[in-house]
Amino acid sequence: MTKRQFNFLATLLFALSLSFVLPWWSVMLAGLLAALLIPLKKSAVFFVPFFAILLFWISYSYFLSSGNDFILAKKIAILLPLDGNPYILILITGLLGGIAAGIAAIFGKQLRQVITTKS
Amino acid sequence: MKYLKLTLSFLLTLGIFYVLNTKLGPIPPLGKFLNPYTGIWQNETDENITGEIVISGLKEPVSILYDDLLIPHIFAQNDADLYRAQGYVTAKHRLWQLEFQTYAAAGRLSEIVGEGALNYDRQQRRLGMVYGAEQALERMANDTETMSYLEAYSDGVNAYINCLKDKNLPLEYKLLNYKPEPWNIKKTALLLMYMTKTLASREHDLEYTNALRIFGEDTFNKLYPEFFEIIDPIIPKETDWSFITAQQTATPLSELPLDTISETLSKPHENNGSNNWAISGEKSITGHPILANDPHLTLNLPSIWYVMQLSTPEHSSMGATLPGALGVISGFNTHIAWGETNATRDLLDWYKIVFKDDTRTQYKYGDGWRDVTERIEEIKVKNGKTLKDTVLYTHHGPVVYDHNFKGDNPLSGYAMKWIGLEGGNNQRTFLDLNRGKNYDDYLNAIKPYVAPAQNFVFASAEGDIALWIQGKFPNKWEGQGKFLMDGSNPDHDWPDFIPQEFNAHTKNPERGFVSSANQHPVDEQYPFYVFNDGYDTYRSRVINNFFRSKDKFSVEDLKGLQNNTFNLKASELLPYVFETMDTSSLTEDELRIYDEVKNWDFYSDIDKLAPSIWSAWWPRLYAKVWDEFDIEDVALDVPFTYQTIYMLTHMSNDEFMDVKDTPEKESAQDLFLLTFKEAANELMEWKATNGEYNYQNYKGTFVGHLLQGLPAFSRFELPIGGDRNTVNAMDKNHGPSWRMVVELSSPPKAYGIYPGGQSGNPGSKFYDNFIDDWATGKYHSLNFLQSNTPTKDIIGTQTLIPSDQ
Repeated sequence: MTKRQFNFLATLLFALSLSFVLPWWSVMLAGLLAALLIPLKKSAVFFVPFFAILLFWISYSYFLSSGNDFILAKKIAILLPLDGNPYILILITGLLGGIAAGIAAIFGKQLRQVITTKS
Repeated sequence: MKYLKLTLSFLLTLGIFYVLNTKLGPIPPLGKFLNPYTGIWQNETDENITGEIVISGLKEPVSILYDDLLIPHIFAQNDADLYRAQGYVTAKHRLWQLEFQTYAAAGRLSEIVGEGALNYDRQQRRLGMVYGAEQALERMANDTETMSYLEAYSDGVNAYINCLKDKNLPLEYKLLNYKPEPWNIKKTALLLMYMTKTLASREHDLEYTNALRIFGEDTFNKLYPEFFEIIDPIIPKETDWSFITAQQTATPLSELPLDTISETLSKPHENNGSNNWAISGEKSITGHPILANDPHLTLNLPSIWYVMQLSTPEHSSMGATLPGALGVISGFNTHIAWGETNATRDLLDWYKIVFKDDTRTQYKYGDGWRDVTERIEEIKVKNGKTLKDTVLYTHHGPVVYDHNFKGDNPLSGYAMKWIGLEGGNNQRTFLDLNRGKNYDDYLNAIKPYVAPAQNFVFASAEGDIALWIQGKFPNKWEGQGKFLMDGSNPDHDWPDFIPQEFNAHTKNPERGFVSSANQHPVDEQYPFYVFNDGYDTYRSRVINNFFRSKDKFSVEDLKGLQNNTFNLKASELLPYVFETMDTSSLTEDELRIYDEVKNWDFYSDIDKLAPSIWSAWWPRLYAKVWDEFDIEDVALDVPFTYQTIYMLTHMSNDEFMDVKDTPEKESAQDLFLLTFKEAANELMEWKATNGEYNYQNYKGTFVGHLLQGLPAFSRFELPIGGDRNTVNAMDKNHGPSWRMVVELSSPPKAYGIYPGGQSGNPGSKFYDNFIDDWATGKYHSLNFLQSNTPTKDIIGTQTLIPSDQ
């Protein structure tokens, strides 16, 4: 398994398990922890956790919403406003989670560099 | 460099956290709001209506059977368990609304939505809404049985709130980023105050004071007659009043303060009203009495009504409940059926208060001075400073208008005397109706009822029908309270109340039906002073004429009447207009519109153009007649529709027909033409932008979400006819909020529907699933279960289980 795949899986696992005890920002913590443990390079620092959480949030929200005929998603997509399109809302949900995790991972990577050079 | 990167990435992380975790203006905190495990996706779910739930305080298990309309049928072994379960189930489906309405009642909306609600909250506080709820609780405290049920209901609501996790919070909490607080019995009292304000606080006393001063007494009486010849009162004209042994209070010799009032409080919706009626067994095709009720209110989602069946081994009732109040409000049980319409009467009056000095600690009364009491209202504001407002209370009531509120004189103010602040145990009335078996039980139930006064219609399986106009009514002197009164004159105080047994009523009248539609309760023969300025003059006549039109009626006839769109108002004006208006100056386009309305059959149906023409035309004509009332900085209300149409058709050259802005002297006919051309023009413009102006399109009926009508959670362009004066009193956003028809067979057969759905969750298919059927005049057969054995219509059973103590 490559480091990227390893980081991807770790982010997912952290996010999943932390979601039972922490609010939405558990995905940020997941991104940060994964970055501390499994350092990546360049844009992968951001994009690997980004895609991990994007996938997680998109599939979970799609799963919940499709089971209810997207009744609420369609309404929220009018409220926000996204032209009533539930798929755009699902995509945005994923993007927000992904960005939050990715940015936290960048911070995690920086933190790791400071810690490792000190020791 | 490393540290710079660390700091930058840390700040970026904090930034994204802040943006996604904070409500920014109207945008909810998006991380919280959209994450799939605690955000809105958790509200995207079907109803959970099976399984067992442990509830502390229950004595015995309670079963809740949900039918395919998501109506809960609650079967408890005793009343305390029943009302505990009612609280739990109501909270389960309507928690946000339940709480929001009591925040609104208490003037606390600023806590949730911020500064925007501050004026509203302040008005609620100055009207004494919280004070009134406290008064009511004080009365209720003497009734330990009712108090124990209120507590049980409250515990039931809290049992639900306490088991809520963040992810299960109703959507609106997530949107506004707050959480429910514990429920308590005061909130039930506040909800009842909310209804009292909605139904019994509309008056025009200060506007009338201005009108009296400006136009003089003769003109005032011409414009605002108290009775009309054509009225068809609730209690039939031929009623013998000789059983009344008390007399109307004698009119004192005194002067009224004719102040100039520039601004008055906002009033409840003018269309708030209802229809109800009952026909006797003789008048019914099946031989069983039939009762019907449809309350007209602003239509919101979630609906103000929530339908339930409430059963114990002793009694079983079903019908519309009000989230926050116990029992069924408009409904039936095994033996009787009941419903309400608003019995408007002028029960809110104003007194001019003169303070001794600018410390405002004493006010003039009789030959001396009396002390005021201070009540400090603290209004918390979301993201803002708490506002403290001191309201002074006199023996009349709160000084609502003073130099801090809509006034400028530090030495005087206007105190309000309002029946809503009298206190009363109205909850008891409904509890007793729910378990009533016959006429006597009904009468005993309504006797202590205080406000808002209601026309309580009644029918029983035994064959009785009745209607009492019940509330506490002061025995006013002729004209008392129509205008601002002198708060220092003891003769202007409210006299004693009319003894309850002398309230107007009718039982098993010869004509075979009782009915009410907010019209005059009685004619002038009734020995007490009866005044209100908003009595219906149209729906009531259509209803009564309908029942006089043939011998026997069916359930279907009664449903038809509730959906009747005959526009009596238009039919009393337009033929005269067609006869007398000079059409020679109409253009071809205008003539086409004119012919359309001329061929109207006066039914305000959705596919017709004529009702749109009428609704574009009438408001313009109405406003043009009363252009004299448009005076800057003087609060005035124009005379009522019936009198306006009477003057247009009988006094077409009256001085008020003249348009003040023009040098010519106009007649009614000139106004017809002038306003028709304006209306025609408006319709042509409307058509150019929106397409054909058939009545469905033009009226644009909608049901709006309770929170500022958020379009995402509202329903628009509903296919329903009628207007505010038709029996089907459906205006743009105001109309039949619940329609019920009950045949008193054994067991009763009932039909009901309301524009909403049982679930308060916009993500539920039960959120608005009644609306389409409601709009097209369909009813749902109400499944009045005789036992807690599930039938084929039951889609889920939930059992509430006592916790082991």
